[in-house]
Amino acid sequence: MHDMSAHAQVAHHVPPASFIRKHIFSLDHKVIGKQYYGLALVAVVVGMVLSWLMRIHLGWTNYAIPGLHLLSANGAPGNVMTPEYYLQLMTMHATIMVFFVLTTAPFAAFGNYFLPIQAGAEDMPFPHFNMMSFWVTFVAFLFLVSSFFVSDGPTLGGWTQYAPLNAVGPVGGPGEGTGVVLWAISIGLFCVGQLLGSLNFITTTLDMRTRGMSLWRLPLSAWSWFITSCMGLTAFAVLMPACILLILDHVAGTSFFVPSNLVINDQLQPHSGGSTLLWQHLFWFFGHPEVYIAIVPGMGIVSHVLITNMRKPMLSHRVLIYSMGALAVLSYLVYGHHMFVSGMNPVSSLAFSFPTLVITIPSSIVVLIWLGSLYGAKLRINTASLFALGFISMFISGGVSGFFLAQPSVDIMLHATYFVVGHFHMVMGVAAMFGIFAGTYFWFPKMYGRMMNETLGKAHFWLSFVGTYAIFMPFHYLGLAGNVRRYQAFVDDYMKPFIPVHQFITIAALFTGAVQLIFLYNLIYSRFWGEPATDNPWEATSLEWSTPTTPPPHNNFGDKLPVVYHDPYQYGVEGSAGDYVMQTSPEKVNGPDEA
Amino acid sequence: MATTIQPPKLDERRPATSGNGGGGRSTPPADGRLPAVKDFAPPPASTGIWVLLFSITMTFLAFTSALIVRQGSAVDWQHLTLPPVLYLNTLVLIVSSVTLELARREVGAFMGPMAKSMVHPGRWLYATLALGLLFVGGQYVAWLQLRSQGLYLATNPNSSFFYLLTAVHAIHVLGGLGGLVRVIFKLNHSALKKSTLVATSRYWHFMGVLWIYLLLVLSAKI
Repeated sequence: MHDMSAHAQVAHHVPPASFIRKHIFSLDHKVIGKQYYGLALVAVVVGMVLSWLMRIHLGWTNYAIPGLHLLSANGAPGNVMTPEYYLQLMTMHATIMVFFVLTTAPFAAFGNYFLPIQAGAEDMPFPHFNMMSFWVTFVAFLFLVSSFFVSDGPTLGGWTQYAPLNAVGPVGGPGEGTGVVLWAISIGLFCVGQLLGSLNFITTTLDMRTRGMSLWRLPLSAWSWFITSCMGLTAFAVLMPACILLILDHVAGTSFFVPSNLVINDQLQPHSGGSTLLWQHLFWFFGHPEVYIAIVPGMGIVSHVLITNMRKPMLSHRVLIYSMGALAVLSYLVYGHHMFVSGMNPVSSLAFSFPTLVITIPSSIVVLIWLGSLYGAKLRINTASLFALGFISMFISGGVSGFFLAQPSVDIMLHATYFVVGHFHMVMGVAAMFGIFAGTYFWFPKMYGRMMNETLGKAHFWLSFVGTYAIFMPFHYLGLAGNVRRYQAFVDDYMKPFIPVHQFITIAALFTGAVQLIFLYNLIYSRFWGEPATDNPWEATSLEWSTPTTPPPHNNFGDKLPVVYHDPYQYGVEGSAGDYVMQTSPEKVNGPDEA
Repeated sequence: MATTIQPPKLDERRPATSGNGGGGRSTPPADGRLPAVKDFAPPPASTGIWVLLFSITMTFLAFTSALIVRQGSAVDWQHLTLPPVLYLNTLVLIVSSVTLELARREVGAFMGPMAKSMVHPGRWLYATLALGLLFVGGQYVAWLQLRSQGLYLATNPNSSFFYLLTAVHAIHVLGGLGGLVRVIFKLNHSALKKSTLVATSRYWHFMGVLWIYLLLVLSAKI
């Protein structure tokens, strides 16, 4: 019976020869990472176009958007969006962005590509599961998008799919029949994909590290992927059963979420005894950790990028890791703050309010470590570091409004307004997107062997930075003024003065969306015609910059695994040939080696 | 010129045959060449199986919490008498764990120096496989018995949870049977790793424990 080491037990798959094995059903974690990135790129384009359509409708409600009827003849007769179709687009925008962009790109894409390399491994330990993880996620995306093409279109219940309307079938409105079922199948499959991914991420981190790579010597990005995979393992394992229960309520006539004596559109529903709050508990037990699943990888990526460009480590490597870990644990204790207005027992609201305020402590510590580390640093200004700074800016701006929403008495007033929309878009959406951009500009040279254009990159950053503030800051003012969210038009007298603000936001959204074409052009142009990159263009220290070739070879390190001598961030080292010492360098350094 | 430091020391606390423990690091030799790798880190399957079992536990805890909320918040809950065949199925699953444990011990000896004097240990693995299939078949019989009483998936919330939990558990058992088939295949081709067998047996035993838990949950009157 064979009994070998962690490394030796991994399937040493030889470089594939066929196109299908190399580019489609690949077992290579790097190819799978790129596939996830490609999926996120397609998803973000779809999600952004949907947001454009919604914004145009909100600014100019009766405006006929040319060609919209081609997307849905029923949803946009005469190219003007119906109220129901607005909600359907809103649901799809949110679902696509949260699941297929903010989860897949920073976690699954970058994590797949770089976690094994940063740990010093040849590959993930279960490459077949890894391949399945991507393809199950891809099929999940197809299920979701296919709901555009069923008779009454996609579901209109929002990304939270609240009961009971999500469980009663077509009587609940357009998209509440087949659309909900497709949504639930899609999200259920997505959960399976992410569970398979988390299994690989955790095992890679614990068992696949190379010699000398203690846990503390892992870069902060690797730590963030590890912490996120632990969160995902718990959160997605709970959302998946919730989706199964939802599907059964739809197709099998069970009553998990639909209460007795429910009358919708003058029809008594053939269900009894279900609990509407049950869905909310199951959903938000996943839903709030999902916020951190989206943002914690960004924290790790941004820290990694900033340190490289500051040429000095963070104030404390370990405290930053502890804080990310604390965010992960606390994220499960705070989920009820999404349910302050759900009819939950007020005592429960208080119980959830306290940890919600407590979770601001590790968040603040992370921010203070970033700011304290930046103080006095001679930061190298490049596109990656600019987007990292932008991430911090968005995280602070969006996070501050979280203090208000953590208190039930304030949240009751603000919960259904645009204040919440502004809050979560900045702290979770745009911040995470900036983390993705920082990672892209930073790691692109290693992934493709070519540099991205810095001039275009900086233009992309500044225009995106100004544009996103122009979109999302006014949401806060609108919310404070009482502008209700989820409305497709503002016809009440008190809301009419808000319309010019919405028109301004729409113009800002169209502008900022168009700016992303600069990024897309830069990405495609640089992929094929960019300036060739050296093995270590940023003079960085972690293992991904120690690969024998750029991009890395099939087994990452050739015929020799690296040996690690230092913590990941030895910058500003006196007496060294450069101002840094690679993790693989046996050179002795003076000063602390925190790891 | 900068001075250099020695490579990190090998972790002497773990013997070369260690198959357990977490958080270990793999330790390639000083020249980093893969073929000479020693075992100082647990095989990924050892850690991976615990990760998988944790995930399955969370899934069934979610179902259980739904059952408790549903049972406590509505008046339409009707306790059902569990089909008697379930107790026989439970016994079958427990015996299958025993046969798998016998197989695990025999496989270890079979792959050692006494191999030629031993009977091929596959018999216990086949016995486990047969008992596993018998269990799944028995669960189907339980569903038929429930149907004969007029209790279907949507009849009442208790029957809903009964069909749901037994079906999801049976799917997981089928996954375990797939793992057993893989173990038998690898054993017959002399390519079985100890960690694969250990991970499969842990999964199988967990299925037994999980079933007993579900049986208690389904029969409990809160």
